[in-house]
Amino acid sequence: MLRSYEEINQKIREGKAVVVTAEEVIEMVKEKGLKEVARQVDVVTTGTFGIMCSSGAFLNIGHTKPRMKISEAYLNGVMAYCGLAAVDMYIGATQPAKDDPLNKVHPGEFRYGGGHVIQDLVAGKDVLLEAYAYGTDCYPRKKLVTWINLKDLNEAYLFNPRNAYQNYNVAVNLSDKTIYTYMGILLPRLGNAGYSSAGQLSPLLNDPFYRVIGVGTRIFLGGGVGYVAWQGTQHNPSVERNERGVPKGGAGTLALIGDLKGMSAQWLWGVSVRGYGCSLAVGVGVPIPILDEETLYYCSVSDEEILAPVVDYSSAYPEGTGEVLGYVSYAQLRSGKIVIKGKEIPTFPLSSYQRAREIAQTLKRWIQEGNFELTRPVVNLPGVESGVRFKNLKERPVENYAGNLKG
Amino acid sequence: MTVSRKIVLHFPAQVADRPIVCDLALRFGLAFNILRASISPHREGIMVMEIIGEGANQEKGLQYLREQGVLIESLSQDIRKNDERCINCGACVGVCPTSALFIEKPSFEVRFDGTRCIACEMCIMACPTFAMEALI
Ligand code: SF4
Ligand code: SF4
Repeated sequence: MLRSYEEINQKIREGKAVVVTAEEVIEMVKEKGLKEVARQVDVVTTGTFGIMCSSGAFLNIGHTKPRMKISEAYLNGVMAYCGLAAVDMYIGATQPAKDDPLNKVHPGEFRYGGGHVIQDLVAGKDVLLEAYAYGTDCYPRKKLVTWINLKDLNEAYLFNPRNAYQNYNVAVNLSDKTIYTYMGILLPRLGNAGYSSAGQLSPLLNDPFYRVIGVGTRIFLGGGVGYVAWQGTQHNPSVERNERGVPKGGAGTLALIGDLKGMSAQWLWGVSVRGYGCSLAVGVGVPIPILDEETLYYCSVSDEEILAPVVDYSSAYPEGTGEVLGYVSYAQLRSGKIVIKGKEIPTFPLSSYQRAREIAQTLKRWIQEGNFELTRPVVNLPGVESGVRFKNLKERPVENYAGNLKG
Repeated sequence: MTVSRKIVLHFPAQVADRPIVCDLALRFGLAFNILRASISPHREGIMVMEIIGEGANQEKGLQYLREQGVLIESLSQDIRKNDERCINCGACVGVCPTSALFIEKPSFEVRFDGTRCIACEMCIMACPTFAMEALI
């Protein structure tokens, strides 16, 4: 081992830590070699900025007079989940406004939803709360309409069950008509290809075996400080990997938590995805302590070495067949075109590489200025050896079901 | 000198059914290329086209259209990228047929070149932050 967390933090406090981004470290290692750079560099910073649907925020609005146990609430017309204690609620990023026409006229616009509410709250705007309750002896009030503002709430924290996917699909469309997906507008007959990972800058692609990123890791989240809370939903460490340990498709994920009050609307951006729904674009940055040469080896991975599966979103993806049309590297994706089935296809990103870079740079500055110390994970995320595997639902038909099934 | 420019024509209902665009070729020797055309339920029409020809002839041709009651705007004013709202994601780049939207390297910022835009409005559909705006 080259250095411990304590030694790194001591250097950060003294303003002596050597910090570089995951992009910068690639060239350094090529020039000087692993050994030399591992001796020099204390921390490598990563970043990613893209639409992360599994996002949301817990809010405690404070008690009303008389008291109220809210069972139904709307923030700027968007339903928040209230099956919690009296004045706690969770607003989910993909919840559309209650009067949204959805996809009745396809492809719907989804102009405002949970992600936009979160951005408005973080921006310091007043948000309209409309709440209802059935009334109890201790919580008699039944109705509430009021403006709320982030600064007046007791607690407001982002809790995202699944962020920062370790690699992801490249989406194409083999059908004859344009389709509207969460991977963007896909033109017919392999007209374009969308990809969504920050590749060589992406947090978990720089720590493929979850050696240093774990529960309790302090991170950049939405422009403020957050923590890794758990493995994210659909965490799937068992995906096939290449010789650098890089998974050849969507693998690990992170559940993240952080104080909304310290975040910024620049890094939590409400979005509307045509025909699909509303969501939230989230900025995440994770520091990687260079504890040994092995950590550096993994985080010096470059776009050429990261491959992503190309999947048809007109059929293979919605049907869940698992069929892969081929693999392409992020270097190819970022060049603007790939070749699939002998056809040259223009590519487009959905996550911003420019912003991912800005996040990695910002985190680097925070650490250099002594404002951000590193934490050792309390518990490691389930790794390859854990046997944890992503499962599809095993449907078990229910006979003679008399309930109120839709459709 | 022969030049090409892209313009947006707004036809009021009373001229929508007259072939006045053809007159551009017949009377003023201009070539044109219709990039997009639509007629609203009230029969007002919008046509986006490229006109190619001598500068002086273009001016005469456009003057003729104006006399017929057609409103003319130059195209670059019609589609706009609001940089305040742009998060540089690139979702628009994948649908733009003319590469008017493109990713600049090495900054990886998304740029808009109005001179290449044909106002197809695909980017408006694709942009998740409503940063692409149409003024027509
Ligand atoms: S309107 Fe069409 S051509 Fe113009 S920038 Fe948008 S997508 Fe490109
Ligand atoms: S899709 Fe919109 S936000 Fe994304 S790069 Fe294009 S203009 Fe900017």
